[in-house]
Amino acid sequence: MNTSSSIVYLIALPLFGAVALLLGGRRTDKWGHLLATAMSAGSFAVGIYQLMQMLGRSTEERAITQTLFSWISVGSFDIDAALLLDQLSICFVLLITGVGTLIHIYSISYMEHDENRRRFFAYLNLFIASMLLLVLGNSYLNLYVGWEGVGLASYLLIGFWNQKPAYATASKKAFVMNRVGDMGLSFAIMIAFATLGTTTFAGVAEASHHASEAALTAIGIMLVIAAAGKSAQFPLQAWLGDAMAGPTPVSALIHAATMVTAGVYLIVRSNFIFDAAPTAQLIVVIVGAITLIFGALIGTAKDDIKKALAASTMSQIGYMILGAGLGPAGYAFAIMHLLTHGFFKAGMFLGAGSVMHGMNDEVNMRKYGNLRKFMPITFVTFGLGYLAIIGVPPFAGFYSKDLLIETAFDAGGIKGPILGSITLLGAAITAFYMTRVMILTFTSKARWDENTHPHESPWLMWMPMAVLAVGSVTTGFLFTRGDALVNWLNPVFGDHGDHHSEHLFEPIVVSMMALTAVAIGVAIAFFKYQRADIPAVAPTQVSFFTRFARKDLGQDGFNEAVFMRPGQKLTSLLVKSDDRVVDGAVRGVGRLAISSGSWLRLSQTGFARSYAAFILIGAVALIAGIWVVTQ
Amino acid sequence: MNPYNYLYLAGILFTIGAIGVVVRRNAIVVFMCVELMLNAANLSFVTFSRINGTLDGQVTAFFTMVVAACEVVVGLAIIVAIYRSRRSASVDDASLLKR
Repeated sequence: MNTSSSIVYLIALPLFGAVALLLGGRRTDKWGHLLATAMSAGSFAVGIYQLMQMLGRSTEERAITQTLFSWISVGSFDIDAALLLDQLSICFVLLITGVGTLIHIYSISYMEHDENRRRFFAYLNLFIASMLLLVLGNSYLNLYVGWEGVGLASYLLIGFWNQKPAYATASKKAFVMNRVGDMGLSFAIMIAFATLGTTTFAGVAEASHHASEAALTAIGIMLVIAAAGKSAQFPLQAWLGDAMAGPTPVSALIHAATMVTAGVYLIVRSNFIFDAAPTAQLIVVIVGAITLIFGALIGTAKDDIKKALAASTMSQIGYMILGAGLGPAGYAFAIMHLLTHGFFKAGMFLGAGSVMHGMNDEVNMRKYGNLRKFMPITFVTFGLGYLAIIGVPPFAGFYSKDLLIETAFDAGGIKGPILGSITLLGAAITAFYMTRVMILTFTSKARWDENTHPHESPWLMWMPMAVLAVGSVTTGFLFTRGDALVNWLNPVFGDHGDHHSEHLFEPIVVSMMALTAVAIGVAIAFFKYQRADIPAVAPTQVSFFTRFARKDLGQDGFNEAVFMRPGQKLTSLLVKSDDRVVDGAVRGVGRLAISSGSWLRLSQTGFARSYAAFILIGAVALIAGIWVVTQ
Repeated sequence: MNPYNYLYLAGILFTIGAIGVVVRRNAIVVFMCVELMLNAANLSFVTFSRINGTLDGQVTAFFTMVVAACEVVVGLAIIVAIYRSRRSASVDDASLLKR
């Protein structure tokens, strides 16, 4: 395997930016955002350079590693801090640094009036560095460092405006739920090390050929928990909606395009484990299928534009996880949907930020309406992202989602029709709620009050949106032309294609079904919202299902009833037992000493004669005792 | 003469001394009773020495006398000091240490 010495610059540049801005403090306020953007752009340039180098090598020599230093060396246990750049990681590197740089540029203007803008950019750079470490680490342990780093950056950025208690709570919620997933990842690493004796991807892949299926299933299930926590998948999905408390560029970068897709990366990277552990693979599929419907249903009921988009993110990642769970046939398509989703969802989040920017930070879509007249650029870029996500040809989402639906139908056995129908249903609901967002925001009658003066955002903000919109239009076509992305990625999966042997339906039939589902969703939304007047206040007289969906399908209620309250009871029980038993014993010893002391104190009369009498009695008793014993 | 008689005498002297210490209030008398107990102990040392035919007890008796003399010096000084400050030599009056 080749080695290279310049991979590390990918991480070093943004890391340097973060450290410089955090240590530099207020002195760097004036130019901090420029440094951070330059570092991110520099990292992107290194990524492009690496891609060019990689394209120049033959397929077998494309993956390269760089060993930085020996990290842990205890006896026979050796772990290097090493980076692995292969066809899969370069996709992520370019997505992270490319979209990341655009969002840096956008944030320069979006955060202009925030006095802590420098700190914001430091965290963004920290995130970029951690995320790159996550996708570049050559072992699960190196990945884990990045995994925790992005969790930290996510926590810091969700709670960036932590002067509002609700936002601080949201960041804590995200952190705690992520920790549950992190626990899964650490268990997976421990099991891998205990049973396979190594944690590098290459080593585990090698060892997985002759490992027991039970061990691989255990590792797989733990990896699914990890992926569910980071990617907001069922049952650890509840944090993503609240994570929208962070500034909108953060929602676009971390909670739409990159960090939340780390779970998909983890599963695809661990393909050798899931291929050998069908049970774990089935769980992946089930998690993906549940979340894709779950998120879509939540999306239909949200009036907060960012939360509607967050629910949509959850649902789209459900598609990716589902694809990753379909085995070798689905890995490349999951990654393709991940990349196209990175473009159109980041673009739409930036669009939502642009709308908020012009609407005094209002997020309630019922207070929007007719913004197409006032924000034409935002309307067009958001609209292109909208067409991409619902899957209208020839936009990016059509290709990637269509391939996923097709693969789901081809899953074989009873799985195929079930998963295929679920993905079709998801596509229809996606079309419904995204059309609803579109209509409520841009095309229905204006519902804002007279104090609001909607206006288009400055060029620094719409330029990244335009670039991302171009990506939403073109990437799908580019990736699928001649199966470019699939052929590019296949060496990573140790696979040589040739699994499209039998189709349940012909691809064209699947496309027609998907388009029909989308058309039905769009039509329902059109008649329900465009034709009718939209109340500016959400109606309260609604069906049980609407209420249930507004409450996020009871995800918080469930977590509170099943985990939070019993947890609180357990802790209060532990506090009580600590108070009564442990502290009670300590206090009891003290009280015993005090009470016996105060009782014995009575003998201290101060009269010398009584002391003498005690001494006498004691001496006599002692002698009598000795006498009795020795007799 | 039966040496055990000396031991009985020592016992009687010790008992008298002990009762005196517990019962009498005057510090001087308490003091004399303490001396009586010391002398009872001395007497039994000497007697045991005689019974066993060794000199250890005799030597110890001398040590005891020296210690007793020192004790008398210190004790009498304290009693005089207390008497000067409190105008009383009663041991029950000097019970301030309990608080």
